[in-house]
Amino acid sequence: MTTPTAVLFEQVSRHFDQVKAVDGVNLSIQEGEFFAMLGPSGSGKTTCLRLIAGFEQPSAGHIEIFGERVEGVPPYRRQVNTVFQDYALFPHLNILDNVAYGLMIRGMDKKARHQAAENALALVELKGFSRRKPAQLSGGQRQRVALARALVNQPKVLLLDEPLGALDLKLREQMQEELKALQKQLGITFVFVTHDQGEALSMADRIAVFNQGKIIQVDTPQALYRHPNSPFVANFVGSSNVLSPIFMQSLGLPVRWASLRPEDIQVVQTGGYSATLLSRSYMGSANRVQLILNDQPLQALVPHHIPLPADHSSVQIAWQPSNLHLMESA
Amino acid sequence: MHSKAPWSLKIAAGLGLAFLHLPILLIFVYAFTTEEKSYQWPPPDFTLKWFGVAWERSDVWEALTLSVKVASISTLIALVLGTLCAAAVSRTRFFGRETISLLVILPIALPGIITGIALRSAFNLAEIPFSFWTIVLGHATFCIVVVYNNAVARFRRLSGSLIEASMDLGANSFQTFRYVILPNIATALLAGGMLAFALSFDEVIVTTFTAGQQSTLPIWMLEELVRPRQRPVTNVVAVMVVLMTLLPIIAAYYLTRDGEHSAGQGK
Repeated sequence: MTTPTAVLFEQVSRHFDQVKAVDGVNLSIQEGEFFAMLGPSGSGKTTCLRLIAGFEQPSAGHIEIFGERVEGVPPYRRQVNTVFQDYALFPHLNILDNVAYGLMIRGMDKKARHQAAENALALVELKGFSRRKPAQLSGGQRQRVALARALVNQPKVLLLDEPLGALDLKLREQMQEELKALQKQLGITFVFVTHDQGEALSMADRIAVFNQGKIIQVDTPQALYRHPNSPFVANFVGSSNVLSPIFMQSLGLPVRWASLRPEDIQVVQTGGYSATLLSRSYMGSANRVQLILNDQPLQALVPHHIPLPADHSSVQIAWQPSNLHLMESA
Repeated sequence: MHSKAPWSLKIAAGLGLAFLHLPILLIFVYAFTTEEKSYQWPPPDFTLKWFGVAWERSDVWEALTLSVKVASISTLIALVLGTLCAAAVSRTRFFGRETISLLVILPIALPGIITGIALRSAFNLAEIPFSFWTIVLGHATFCIVVVYNNAVARFRRLSGSLIEASMDLGANSFQTFRYVILPNIATALLAGGMLAFALSFDEVIVTTFTAGQQSTLPIWMLEELVRPRQRPVTNVVAVMVVLMTLLPIIAAYYLTRDGEHSAGQGK
């Protein structure tokens, strides 16, 4: 038996006047998946999330959530909950009532919903904060409250809109781990939007890369990194050298666009291509080296123990043919 | 701690304040005078009998009831329409939004006499007889502005994602209004409503143009001033008016001040 599809997009578009925020998107998210929508701002990823939540309606195409068509279904009738970017905690309610809000609306009695809310707060390690107001909490704590408030409703799909964007680096890394662990523990489908490729790579089971309202590639983090299908993905997910067909031709390689990761370029003694070393910057474990080969600028990440010649002198470079990824188009 | 202002400036400031507030004090004093035909200074003697006289006079009660009714109903209309209008202007974008915002505020910027004449000729043209309801309509024009201004400021501070969060958690529009929007704008509405009530309660100009035979309290007082008898009764009523309008305004001031104080904590 195959796992059921949690969210399905079929040729979904969302236009705002002339702007095609989402343009003919096909997407299928499996149940229990930790799915990331990655892209620069204005790429349509947040609009897609809002389409799932029901805050936006598609201009064309159709959307299914667990096999049910949801066009025209308002947000309050969807078994989907959202963790908002600004957390959107209700300032007039204390933490316990914030978390219990969804259950209160559903008509659960006070004792039961407060108990459920306490449990949800314990899940995000916020016991003992029930009586405080949102204004009395730190950013990281508010984020956990927002998470608890969504999870207490036992949604079929949890949507997270840049959930870690407002946190500092240390807290962000900690929350990445916790979110991942929480998702495994609960088995709920998580769909999360981010512009941070590192975050997407480290957390998601699969990633959809968005650009200009379209999905460019959907794949696992490993596949996305190793086999980007386009220069956009190669550049957006990690850094990459995008090689033009003219350059490829000059090396006698297939006349196609290709991508080559900086860490895949090796400095060798003999038998490589003869490039010119322009500059280097010391990164601790490695040197980031700017090279030029047949008029093509290249960036390489060379382990610190490999000796490098002086700037503006010649250096031999090589790469494993399997690390050179041919791409469909520019 | 110690101000460096010269004595002359302090005295000037004191005189200025005295000029502003002593006449109000005089009104209070004359409510207790034994002299009923002219405002004689100093009062020959003091008495509480005018409070009794005022209590007995049915025209005072009629004017007072009318004023309270008009102010209450105008405020109620203003609360509903002002809030709806503020919600539309601050929560959505549509063609002519700025113009509507200006048009709503205009009645309070326009001199009352213009509003009064305009309404009077409009009522005449539409052959609407002057009545209690024409007074209410006249007052509602400026009461809406006060409520609108208070509500729109609060709506702007209310993050749009709060409403989406409420919907996301299963609440329909009505529940969202009841459990999220209303608690967050309540103090602004209370303050706006109290100001609107106070404005309506002592309004003279628009009322003269839109009233028929009825007299609201301020109109009654104007008429009373030309009568030579029982003048202190007017002062007794004036004292009541001061109390009835001042208390809501002070309450409104404290409510909005607290609102602004807590507004910064939401973010």
